[in-house]
Amino acid sequence: MVELAAKQGARPTDPSVQASPLAIRGLTVSYNQKPAVFSVDMTVQAGSMTAIIGPNGAGKSTLLKAALGIVRPVSGQVTVFGRPLEKQRARIAYVPQRASVDWDFPTRVIDVVLMGLSRELGLLGRVRMWHMARAMDCLHRVGMHEFADRQIGQLSGGQQQRVFLARALAQEADLYLLDEPFAGVDAATEKAIIGVLKDLKQAGKTVVAVHHDLATVTDYFDHVFLINTRKIAEGPVAEAFTAETLQATYGGRLATAQIDQIAGALG
Amino acid sequence: MLWDALTLQLGYNATLVAIGATLLGFAAGVTGTFLFLRKRALVSDAISHATLPGVCIAFMVMVALGGDGRNLPGLLAGSALSAWVGLLCINGLTRRTRLAEDAAIGAVLSVFFGFGVVLLTVIQTMGVGRQAGLEGFLLGSTAGMLFSDALIIAVGGAATVLLVMILRRPMLTVAFDAEYAAATGLPVHRVDLAMMGLVMAVTVIGLKIVGLILIVALLIIPPVTARFWSDRADRVVLLSGLVGGLAGYLGAAVSASAPNLPTGPIIVLISFALFALSLLLAPARGVLAAVLRHRRFQRRVHVRQGLLALAQGQEVYEPYTRRLLRQAGLMRADGVATDAGRARAAKALRDERRWGLVRADQMHEAAAAQYDGLRDIETVLTRDQIDEIDRRIGPPHEVRA
Repeated sequence: MVELAAKQGARPTDPSVQASPLAIRGLTVSYNQKPAVFSVDMTVQAGSMTAIIGPNGAGKSTLLKAALGIVRPVSGQVTVFGRPLEKQRARIAYVPQRASVDWDFPTRVIDVVLMGLSRELGLLGRVRMWHMARAMDCLHRVGMHEFADRQIGQLSGGQQQRVFLARALAQEADLYLLDEPFAGVDAATEKAIIGVLKDLKQAGKTVVAVHHDLATVTDYFDHVFLINTRKIAEGPVAEAFTAETLQATYGGRLATAQIDQIAGALG
Repeated sequence: MLWDALTLQLGYNATLVAIGATLLGFAAGVTGTFLFLRKRALVSDAISHATLPGVCIAFMVMVALGGDGRNLPGLLAGSALSAWVGLLCINGLTRRTRLAEDAAIGAVLSVFFGFGVVLLTVIQTMGVGRQAGLEGFLLGSTAGMLFSDALIIAVGGAATVLLVMILRRPMLTVAFDAEYAAATGLPVHRVDLAMMGLVMAVTVIGLKIVGLILIVALLIIPPVTARFWSDRADRVVLLSGLVGGLAGYLGAAVSASAPNLPTGPIIVLISFALFALSLLLAPARGVLAAVLRHRRFQRRVHVRQGLLALAQGQEVYEPYTRRLLRQAGLMRADGVATDAGRARAAKALRDERRWGLVRADQMHEAAAAQYDGLRDIETVLTRDQIDEIDRRIGPPHEVRA
């Protein structure tokens, strides 16, 4: 039943799917028969900055990875700007969690950013002056241009995160998906990253980020997507980020006082 | 003798072997780097052991068809086929069952090799007339190497290196960050299979010289050696090829310089020697450099702690600290600070106060993050910023003797 509904919802004629940079219908992803994400619909608004919020193990990263085709869902459909994901790879950029790679890998900062250009370069294309210039420009935007020749292992956690962001910028995508971009970074990096993300929004791009710091949601994002295996709420921050939805998402894991405080800050 | 061997003057066979071993070493070093960076080095061990049944079956088929069972291209084709089957088994076990890759490697390696050894025994009792000489593929045998054998290695090696160069970018992207690679639409699984296919090609062309048991050394040791010398993947690839080629060349020469020295094992030992030298002597990642770096760091810590103790009028007890301070002319034998020592101590204490202010100040957050107790404050703040801080601290303190 759920699957059937999902398929109908994903018809390309559906206007909300057509217009959305990222539309997910009936998505279920499981690891060893235990669903991490169950029957989730998501419709990201064009030009929005959306935070995916939920407790640990709620399926936030899994949702993102399924949206990118990194993990294979049990069921469900993903459309990007109204078309199947595979046809739209060039329009998506991904910033993975910092912990997902080996930082002792023999590569320099600039080489990592150039990876963002590999679609354009193809197999045999040479790295030209303008490619280098573009990569350097991306490093500039995240404030890491002075580190271009450093081995990536010599960077601090925050700097590593900024290099990952620069690599995504190099792709010149229309939709940016970030997995906990602010996890374990210093305040300067957090400021730099949010600055870049807001610039992207200004330029009409769409940003979706897994986010874990409830205190900064209202400052950083305009839309939220609350998930705990199932979708709890979705929409503009003022509507969907409320005491009730937080309670429903976190259950007992979030003290009532905390929720009141956050909801109070919302006014 | 060794000199003659090194200058390729030991006759036709020795020259062929030396050229073949050099090319093989280069191809193995280049290809192996990607395997090493993908952290799947041991898969190559399973692949190489999985060649044995194929060699034996190819021999039996060729004999049954009335041909020469020792035809090298035929044997290599057979080995490639069974290596590919072994590789698919590992992939299948890892992807479709809950077995981890190491367990799959162990299972495939031992089963294929065991099966191969059984077939080898069967062939020996088959009564085909002459000994097949297939055991030579275990550890390599270069005694009867033909020009056509060397040609196979040269052409196969060149083709492999060419393909590696074409696929280098996707292979590096997958090795560094497979999830990101998948997100950009790279077919990660197929890239991995292609890489393994190239490793298999190197294994197959290396059967004649190094043999299937030791080829893993030529795939792994050169990249590990090269990694000591560079932090850039493209250079590691090239260096690894050079290390492999050098080991192949030297090993062939050394084994030719004395009778009854096995070529393959000598090549492996030479590449180990190159590895050991790099492990010790490499400038940034070598053991010696690491020890020196640690000693230098330890000295700085002790001097700094000693100076801070002097500045606060405390006795310095730790013998190593006392010795360092005395050697630097900062402290007299009786534990009293010299003039120079008092000046340095005052400066150290003042810097501590400056740091204290910097670390308490939101404005200086970036600079404060650099604090580790040793860093000179002048390297993170400008003169003007330090003057500003000094105005807030007040005039310097004198350290009394």
